[in-house]
Amino acid sequence: MNSDRSPVVLENVSVHYGALQALRNISVAFPAGAVGLLGPNGAGKSTLIKALLGLLRPDAGVLRVLGRDVSADPLSVRARVGYMPESDTHIPGMNAVSFVAYCGELCGLPHTDAMQRAHEVLFYVGLGEARYRNVETYSTGMKQRIKLAQALVHDPDLLLLDEPTNGMDPKGRDEMLALIRDVADPHRERTSGRAPISVILSSHVLPDVEFACEYVVVLHKGAVATDGPIAALKGDSTRVFEVRVKGDEARFVEALREIGIESHDESGEVMRVFVPVDRPVQLLFKVAAQQGVQVRHFRPSVPSLEDVFARALGD
Amino acid sequence: MPIHDQGYRRYAGGRTSRGRAWLVIARAGIAARVRERRFLALMLVAWLLFLVRAVQLYVGTTIVRASFFAASEETFHGFLNQQRLFVFFITIYAGAGLIANDRQANALQLYLSKPITRHDYIAGKLATLAAFLFSVTWVPAMLLLALQVLFSGSLEFVSTHPRLVPAITITALLQIGVASMTMLALSSLSRSRRFAAMLYALVAIFTGAVGGVLQTATGHAGWMLLSPQNTLAVLTDALFGLSPESDIPVAIALLGIVALLGLCAIVLERRVRAVDVVA
Repeated sequence: MNSDRSPVVLENVSVHYGALQALRNISVAFPAGAVGLLGPNGAGKSTLIKALLGLLRPDAGVLRVLGRDVSADPLSVRARVGYMPESDTHIPGMNAVSFVAYCGELCGLPHTDAMQRAHEVLFYVGLGEARYRNVETYSTGMKQRIKLAQALVHDPDLLLLDEPTNGMDPKGRDEMLALIRDVADPHRERTSGRAPISVILSSHVLPDVEFACEYVVVLHKGAVATDGPIAALKGDSTRVFEVRVKGDEARFVEALREIGIESHDESGEVMRVFVPVDRPVQLLFKVAAQQGVQVRHFRPSVPSLEDVFARALGD
Repeated sequence: MPIHDQGYRRYAGGRTSRGRAWLVIARAGIAARVRERRFLALMLVAWLLFLVRAVQLYVGTTIVRASFFAASEETFHGFLNQQRLFVFFITIYAGAGLIANDRQANALQLYLSKPITRHDYIAGKLATLAAFLFSVTWVPAMLLLALQVLFSGSLEFVSTHPRLVPAITITALLQIGVASMTMLALSSLSRSRRFAAMLYALVAIFTGAVGGVLQTATGHAGWMLLSPQNTLAVLTDALFGLSPESDIPVAIALLGIVALLGLCAIVLERRVRAVDVVA
């Protein structure tokens, strides 16, 4: 990937919280478009986002956002970045229009433009009818939408979304993901002629990321476990099978690993086995027979982002 | 099916130059307060003393030319001293929630994820409170001075009392600065507006009482420095050229105020952060 054109580039970035190392010498380039930032709790996703905003100063390394060094000029970076925090947040005592317009003004929009833009983005995120209601009276789903509206009001070039579908019902979640896809859509004609908005979507809900993004960066224990286009990571170099065995499952898994076949236990009963395309599937049954286990369930499956995630984390 | 389905549109307008975020914050804070009738009532009551003093000046200059009614430094010093009560109430009303409410609503990370600095944020909040305090201290005091000139029909009073304008200005600034910074620092310590208000009341009222008791018990006047109000009184007496009510040297009182403001600045520096790091 050409890191010169990447909206976000990290070079040997480390961040500590006291004795805890939250990010360990990370070097990665996020391409333009929608990128999923994946990782289990405590992997360093939120820390990375806060460092990209300049809210946390890295102990080592360089963060470049939209071509600017975050440590050297955090205000310029924040002027071009929209941030949707994970936690419930608002400015007390304001209705939705005032709140979003206020956020626009804080980002440098003139008062009239900010008010006009606030109406526009509130309609865009589906809060047009509720825009004169006090934000404190909003439901969880509406609060998520208004957080997106305040992140969009100043028309950023990069959107950082931290768990944007948290607490949303299935319909709301689908609508939120559709909005994210729309914002990052590289094909839609832009009247201004500017480049489309890049999105970094931090989430632990893998289907959300799979739906909205084309590229993922997986963090684990503060380091990049894997990154790349989702399609490539899911790959066509392996076939996936759902397998359930009766007998010594651990011995079976170990025997598979010895001959280069990966597997991971998904539900405690059914495991997913990844057989390289150049190996015969019959090998599974041969190994099962050698280890004295019975194959009780065998079904072909398709590679998913969960497989990528699990393999990256080494589960 | 919608007739017109509007997708995301980019903003094509201009942007203002940086450095005015504090003004946006202050304007929003002031607007939020003046929408409250109770607060407006408090502000109106705070101007009642101005009316009384204005009548006094009018009577003193036009009707009864008696020394009792005549304007002097003491008139303005007394007025600003009396306004301390309203400074107290307005500070609690308009200041207690300034940062505490934002902390409760997790708004700090929202503010600081925008292109503004922590100093912009603090300056905006400070300006919100200071604007109200300014309008009940310096503004009425200077208006009284203007009325005195108007009623007497000459600038003689101002020219014979050259220290009056700087004394009023510095006294008002000290009152506003101490009240605003203290309230803001206390507001940053809590997520509860009420708790911040109680802390301020404790600082404003009980430090004076404790200082008085300790002074009586030990015989050391220095204990009065515990109270910001008493310390301020030493400075304002000196500014208006009046005989001090306390034995505390002016330089020590000034140091006390500087130390208090420094302490407040340190508290704000530590508490106003987008990310709370618990190491």
